[in-house]
Order: sequence, then C-alpha cells, then structure tokens
Amino acid sequence: MDIPGLYNYWIVIVLMMTGFYIVIARGNLIKKIVGLNIFQTSVFILYISMGKVDGGTAPIIAEGVERYSNPLPHVLILTAIVVGIATTALGLALIVRIRAAYGTIEEDEIHAQNTMKDADG
Amino acid sequence: MIAAHLPILQIVVPLVAAPACLALGRGRAAWLLALAVSWAALGIAGGLLATVLRDGPVSYALGNWAPPWGIEYRVDALNAYVLLIVAAIGAVVLPYARRSIADELPAHQHAAFYTAFLLCLTGLLGVAITGDAFNLFVFLEISSLSSYVLIGLGRNRRALTAAFQYLVMGTIGATFIVIGIGLLYMATGTLNMADLAARIPAVAHSRTVLAALAFLAVGATLKIALFPLHGWLPNAYAYAPSAVTAFLAATATKVSVYILVRFLFTVFGPAYSFEQLALHNLIVPFAVIAIVVCSTVAIFQNNVKRMLAYSSVAQIGYMMLGIGLGTATGISAGLVHLFNHALMKGGLFLALGCIALRVGSVRLEALAGLGRTMPLSAFAFVIGGLSLIGVPLTNGFISKWILVQATLEQGAWGLALVVLFGSLLAVAYIWRVVEVAYLRPPPDGARRREAPLSMLIPTWILIGASVYFGIDTSLSLGVAEIAARILTGGAG
Amino acid sequence: MSAQTLIWLSLLIPGLAAVGIALTGRWPNVREAVTLTAAVLLFACVAALVPDVVAGGRPDVTLIEMLPGLPMRFVVEPLGMLFALIASGLWIINSLYSIGYMRSNAEAHQTRFYVCFAIALASTMGVAFAGNMMTLFVFYEALTLSTYPLVTHKGNEEAKRAGRLYLGILLSTSIGLQLLAIVWTWAVAGTLDFTAGGILSGRVSGPVAGVLLLLYAYGIGKAALMPLHRWLPAAMVAPTPVSALLHAVAVVKAGVFTVVKVVVYIFGFDLIRETGAGDWLAAIAAATLLIASLVAMTKDNLKARLAYSTVSQLAYVVLGAALATPAAVLGAGMHIAMHAMGKITLFFCAGAIYTAAHKTEISEMAGLGRVMPLTFAAFLIGALSIIGLPPMGGTWSKWYLMLGAVEADRLVMVVVLMISSLLNIAYLVPVAARAFFLPAPRPAALGAAAAPAAPDSGGIREAPLFCLIPLCLSAAGCIVLFFYADAIYDLLRPIVQP
Repeated sequence: MDIPGLYNYWIVIVLMMTGFYIVIARGNLIKKIVGLNIFQTSVFILYISMGKVDGGTAPIIAEGVERYSNPLPHVLILTAIVVGIATTALGLALIVRIRAAYGTIEEDEIHAQNTMKDADG
Repeated sequence: MIAAHLPILQIVVPLVAAPACLALGRGRAAWLLALAVSWAALGIAGGLLATVLRDGPVSYALGNWAPPWGIEYRVDALNAYVLLIVAAIGAVVLPYARRSIADELPAHQHAAFYTAFLLCLTGLLGVAITGDAFNLFVFLEISSLSSYVLIGLGRNRRALTAAFQYLVMGTIGATFIVIGIGLLYMATGTLNMADLAARIPAVAHSRTVLAALAFLAVGATLKIALFPLHGWLPNAYAYAPSAVTAFLAATATKVSVYILVRFLFTVFGPAYSFEQLALHNLIVPFAVIAIVVCSTVAIFQNNVKRMLAYSSVAQIGYMMLGIGLGTATGISAGLVHLFNHALMKGGLFLALGCIALRVGSVRLEALAGLGRTMPLSAFAFVIGGLSLIGVPLTNGFISKWILVQATLEQGAWGLALVVLFGSLLAVAYIWRVVEVAYLRPPPDGARRREAPLSMLIPTWILIGASVYFGIDTSLSLGVAEIAARILTGGAG
Repeated sequence: MSAQTLIWLSLLIPGLAAVGIALTGRWPNVREAVTLTAAVLLFACVAALVPDVVAGGRPDVTLIEMLPGLPMRFVVEPLGMLFALIASGLWIINSLYSIGYMRSNAEAHQTRFYVCFAIALASTMGVAFAGNMMTLFVFYEALTLSTYPLVTHKGNEEAKRAGRLYLGILLSTSIGLQLLAIVWTWAVAGTLDFTAGGILSGRVSGPVAGVLLLLYAYGIGKAALMPLHRWLPAAMVAPTPVSALLHAVAVVKAGVFTVVKVVVYIFGFDLIRETGAGDWLAAIAAATLLIASLVAMTKDNLKARLAYSTVSQLAYVVLGAALATPAAVLGAGMHIAMHAMGKITLFFCAGAIYTAAHKTEISEMAGLGRVMPLTFAAFLIGALSIIGLPPMGGTWSKWYLMLGAVEADRLVMVVVLMISSLLNIAYLVPVAARAFFLPAPRPAALGAAAAPAAPDSGGIREAPLFCLIPLCLSAAGCIVLFFYADAIYDLLRPIVQP
C-alpha cells in the first residue's frame, strides 16, 4: 500500500476521528462545536484531495499547460464550507441562548437541571 | 410556458419569499406571504404530479446546462409523491401556525419564524426534486439548519438543548452523506444520480463504492431517526412549537427516507444493495426493534407530545421494514405508509397543538375531561390515534394491510406478527390518552373552550384526509405502486 | 324499490339516525322518536329484502375499491339476511325498552348512548351484508369501537377497567390474529369474496388449514371462545339495554356469524371435514360450552350468570360450524336467531328487576315473582327457550345441532349437548323458581313484629310499561319462533345445499 502517497487521506481520517471523538467525549458545548468543525474540515480536505490530478496544475487556463486539476470538487467544497460556517454560527448562537437559560454550557450540568425540574416537560 | 418551469418554480418561489418575509418585518404580512407561497407550492407540486403521471418523468436542466454536467431536476413518480406530501403538509400547517405561533412566540420572532419555515420548506422540497447528489446535500442542510432554528424557538428552555443535540447529530448525519457522495464522485466522476446509476455497476466491486454506500446509509438513517440513531428526535419533537412539530414530524423524516430509498434503489440499484450486500439483513432487524421498543417506550411517556414522538420512531420502523424487504410490494408498503403517516401524525400533532393552546400543557394529566371541554380537538386526536393503530376505514389500516401482505409474500411470518403486535402497542398508548380525555372529569371550573377555527380546520383537514385515504386509495397507493415499480427496475 | 336501494338504505338509515339523534339531543322526546322511526324503517327495509333472497336472489352493491382487487362490497345471502332481520327487529323492541330503562334509572349522557347505539346497529348491518371478508372486518372493527363508549357508559373505575378488557381483547384478537388470517387468505386464494363452497379448498394443505382456522376462530374474539371470553362478562357493567341487544345479540352474534361465514364461504364444508381442521375447533367449543355453563352456576349476579350463559350458547353455534355438516350448520344458523330472542328476553327481565326493585343478585330475588309476575313469567319463557324445551324456539336449533352431531358421527358431541342442556336447566330455572316459590325475606333488623302480615312487597311493583311491553313481546317471540321455525329453515337451506 502506498502510504506516503495517500498521506492526505490519512490526515483526513485522523482529523475525522479526532473531531468525532471530541463531539462524543466532550461535555462542553463549545468544544463539541469545535469538534464538529474539525470533523467537517476533514471532509473538505477529502474533497480537495480528490480533485488533484497527477501532474496537473491549478485549473486556470494558461499557455503551455496540458493538465489541470479537477476544479469541481473545490467548488463543491466552497459550498460545504459555507454550510459549515452556518452550522457553527447557529450552534454558537444556540449556546449563547443555552447559557442564558441555564447559566452553564456544560452538558452534565444542563442535564442535571433538566432532570431536577422534570416536571416542566 | 410556465408549466415547463414548474420544477424550478417549486424551489425558487419559497426560497425568494423567505428573506422577503424577514424584510416585511411584521408578523401578519409575513404570515400572509408565507401562506400564499405555501399554497402556490402545493399547486405546483400537484401540477408536477399530474404531469408525471400523464407524461412520465420530467427533467429540468438548471440554467440550461445539460445534464450530467449541469444540475438536473428530475421528477419521477417518487419525487412527485414526496413533493406533494411536503407541500401539502406545509400548506395545511401554515394557516394553523398564525394563532398557534402568536400564542407560543413573542411578537418580534414571528417574521423570523415564517422565514425559517419557508427555508425549511424550500430545503425539503429541494431534496425531493433534485437529481444531483451534491445539490441534495445542500438542500438537506438548508432544511436542517432552518429546522434547528425552528425547534430552538420552543417555549421551554429544553427546546434549546434539544435543538443543539439535533444540530450535532444532524450535522454528523449530513457530513456522512457528503462523504458518501464524495466517494461516489471519486469512483465515477459524476454527481448526477441517473448518471451515477449508469456508472456504478462498472466499479461496483471497489472498496470506494462500498464505503460510499456505508456512509450514505448511516448518514441517511441518522436523519431518518431509525433505531438506534433516533436519540435526537423525541426531545426535538417534544419541545418544538406545536406547528413546527406537526410540520417536521410529517415531512422531515419522510424526506430522509426518500434520500435513503433514492440512493439504495436508483443510484446503487436493488441488485447491488439487496442481492449482493443483503442490506435487508441490516435494515429489517433495526426496523423490528424500532417498532417494538419505541412503541413500548411510548406507552410510558407522560408528555403526550413526547409519546407521539416515540410513536413516530416506531412508525419509521414500519416504513423501513417495508423498504428493507426490497420487494415491490414492500416498497409500496413503505411509501404508502410514508404518505399516510404524514397525514395522521401531522393531524395528531395539530390536534395536540389545539389542546396546548387552550390547556397550556400537553402532559397526560392536564388532558382530563377534554372530551367535554374541547370535543372537536379531542375527537380529532381519537381518529388520528385509531389511524395510528390501523383500524379499518383509516389510512393506517391500508398501510398495515399492504405491509402484512408484503411480509407474507416473503413467507416472513415473524415480521407479520411484529407489525400486528406493534398495532396493539399503539392501542395501549393511544388509549391511555383516550381514557384520560373521556373518562376523567374535567378540573373544577373548566368550561367548554374549543380551539379557534383557524386551527381546528387544518387539524380536521389532515384527520379527514387520514380517513379519506383509508377508503379511497387510488392516489396514495396508486402512486406508491408506480414509484415502487420504477425503483425495483420495472417500467414506470 | 330495487334490492340495491334497500341495501343502501339498510346501511344508511342507522347511520343517519346517529346524526339525527346527535342533532336532536336537546329534546329527548324528539330524539327517542328519531331512534324509533329509524328502527322501524330499518326493519321494514331489511324485511323487504327477504322475498328476493328466499327466491334465490343475491342482490349486491359495490361501494368503492379500497385496495386493488378488494372492493367494499355488500351481498345479501341467507345467513346475513337472518342476522340482519334479527338485529333490526330486536332494535325496535330494544329501543322501547331503552327509553323505559334509561329514563327510570335517570342515566347520564343519554344522547351519546343513543348515538353509539345507532352506529353499532349500522356496523351490524355492515357485518351482516358484507360481501367479502375485508368488508366484514371493517364493520367488525367499527362495531367494537362504537360499543366501547357504551361499555364505559358509567365512567367509573369499574367501567374503565371493563372497557380496557373489552377493547384489549377484542382489538388484540382481531388485529393480531384475524387480520393476519385474512391477509393470509388473500395471499393464498387471491380473493376474499364469500363464495359458496369456500375459496380455500384445494389451495391449502391440512395443517395450514388447521392453523388458519385457529387464527380465525380466536381472531374473532366476539365469538367468546374460552379462554378469550373474559370481555363478555366484563361488558355487563354497561346499562342493561346494551347488554340485551349488543352483548346478547348484535356484537356476540356478529362474532359467531363471522365464524359460520368463514366456515361456509371461506373454508367450505369439505375442507373442514377432510383436513380434520374442525376437530379441535369442535373440541374447544365443547369445552367452552360445558365450562361456561358450570361457571354460570356459581354466579349470583344475574347479569354475570346470563353473560356466562351467553358464552356457553355462543359455543353451540361455533360447535355447529365446526361439525360442518348440513344439519349442524343449519342448527348453528338457527341458534343465532333462537338464542337471540331468548337471551334478550332474559336481559330485559334482569333490567326490569333492577329498575323496579334495584336488585342485581339472584339470592335477593326470592319472592319477587309474586310482585312482578309478568317479568318472571317472561323470564321463565326465555329460560325454557334457551334450554331448548318445546314449545319454545330454542327446541329446533338444538334439535338440528344434535342431528348434525349424529350426521358427523360424533356421538361425544351429542352427549355434550345433552349435558349442557341439563346444566342450562340448573342455572336458569332456579332463578324463576326462587322468585315464585321462596318467601320474600323479611326485614331482619325490625323483626317479625314490624313486618306486615301480607307478603312484603316493599313498594316494589312491575317495571314501567316501556320496560314491560318489550319483554312481553320478546317472550312471545320465543314461542312464535317455535311455530315458524320452518320459515328460518327454508331461508337457510340454500347455504347447505347449494
């Protein structure tokens, strides 16, 4: 297996798992959002990596260049980045509201407050 | 002229109207605009279905870029069916929303609410109409992001945590889907679904395609809330504003089911998904667990909204069971239940919203004596509940019938029994509510106070439709069967 | 009027009556007039169908195709004709009785009561005229649901518990077993139309037929085969008119009627006999028949005793169907009619006693016969009809059932039927005997001195006329049926001799 040649895919996997782990393991809501970001970023890199064509250059028409990289994944990922930013912004906004309502952004403390006052719902 | 552009209008009209709602600023004007748009969307969806049934699939090249390079909107019977469900529910919920939202949200949030609602509608319609895999992801995220907002608007502060939880789970699900799409693009070099379907067989044995299928399936099941990935759903439904719960329960998970069906059957093909990978061995057990476990959990809920939410997870189990069988009858059972469940669960949540408006709570004990204080809402709930159980003359019966027939076709006795056993569990949780509402006296001093007509009429439209489609199944079952034939590779 | 119109009207009249009753709820007299008018009209429509059916006609109407190949369809055939005739005829009498009972006892929610009653009758008509198994199932379920509010009428804890049991057993059997059996039949036979000679013959093997019959027999929970009979005694918590018409006639008869229909038109006699599928069903029916009779003897509450008696009598019909010989099935069909007339009389009497004397336990009824002679005379007539003594209608159905058992070469069943008749005597006759021949108990605390010398009536008189007339009518009916049994025989004969 060509491990060095696939190294960006390895990075993708490491980032993906790191992000995933943070989302699951961390109780702090901000950290969860950070983890989610890392997780999404790994996918950006996956897409960008697949657009690369061996020996190809940046997809801008220029004299004397025969091989270009595939621009489509890059364009796609621009959209995905926008989506990611929107998600992050919304997540952070929710955290602000949660902090105002609960006085904390730690998952376990919120959970404790919810179960304590279970009568309200 | 306009008829040729129906596919794009379906998306553009609500998409453009959404920011306009925000610009209008005032709640009432925004509501009127949203209402007009949602009805227009329903008209367009109806027109599309009629066209598809008459002329066969419609293809629309966005910006005149010919597929597979440009984005194609491709409407066959299945798309049109899902579009109709989503648009119809939107059109019924919006008239209802005005009073319900005025009661549950502060005035300055109203315009924002309708904006988010229209965006959500756009996203769901977009998922259902597009023929481009990446475009599907974008629409999915539009609908998801706006639904996080809608859920977070709930009065109870737990709505915020529910929305956050959904945001995390939903984003993971959507990201899985986008990974799957990326891997498919890697293997085939195309994003057009029809084109993908044509190219996948050549590379079907590569690990990349297999991984793509795995990511797509897991991502979609997360959004579907198939057991055991349903953790986000009960709280999200329980704490969202009433109108939002009704809308999302009737549409969001259904559209996610559509995504899974579309990929498993059209893109990968039943031969690959079912004969080679034997995915039914994976889907069916989880569907069965969903039916049994979540129906049982529903029995023990004291918050009726949450009870119905668990019931939704169980009902999703029925749809997935039918689809997981992989046969034409199974798929039509899944699809017809998708249609029927949208109507009955939408109606039930709307009825519950009426109750919440007058009683101020949806906890079981607060419902005492509703049979006398709110007879119409309570009776709507009973009919919806009967439909959930699958009593004859309601659409739930039709779903159950076809589903049992599909399991018997395969000789799967155990599955048939599970389906019927699930109905009995539904009797248990529905009847807990009925007993409290009809056999417990209302609290002292309670007098007859029915919900306003603007809320009762939409509720009864959905409940009435549940009964109608239990008697005349030519539309619901007819289109589902056509769609199932297309999906299993027969002629449409 | 054409037969088609009459079928339509039979289904619509009770349905429209429900609407009319709901609208006129504020004026009790108008409301009751609506009920009575509807009952009379319904009976007239149903009766008008009889000549056509006797002449061999099988009028049918098709409503709408609910599922591909499965329309909602109504066909009038002899068995359904008989059932519809009994249910609609007794509705008239029962409506009169309801008026007397409900008003004398000042029951609450009377409008709801009459509305549900009318809907239940509409469902019964649907069951009776159903042309295929799915249509029958639809109305079978509607009947269950429309009677639930009647069972829980009192709204107290006991009624709630009874309602749970009622709905729990009836819905779980019908959805869990019957629906499965129906879809299975549909998958195997490709049709659900009731067809003479059966639709399953030649399509299923012996063991499969046995399992299917088991699913049907227990899936039809309304037939109250043991051990799924508990809902019936529980349902006695309802007001007596409900117990009388619904839980002695319409609902339970819908159950056994369905069993007979399934045996005659889904399986066919030959299949039942050849595969031996009927053997165990006959055994279960026989066991139910005897055990329920024994249980009935232990009950002191009159309605509970009658309920167990019903369980036992329903098993006669199932037994007849399971024997699957012409005479047995004729007997089963006739027993539907005969038992209906007898049992409704008994329930009317129980209600009259409750209304007039507020007594529910048999041990309290000693001496009551002297102050309520008409009521107890009617009770005796009804009891004799159930037992099967001439000159009461019940004689004939038992006669044909025994004949059927002989025809099927099942002498054990003949013995069972005889023992059961003896048991019937043992639990029914003492009720009347006690009332006529035992002295009324004297108020114990005050002693003999305070009690008047004359038989103590305690101010008890016969029940109001609205209660009394119906029970006399139905008692007379028991006798009339004895002399006109040949009409029923002629009506039913085509189903066993196609």
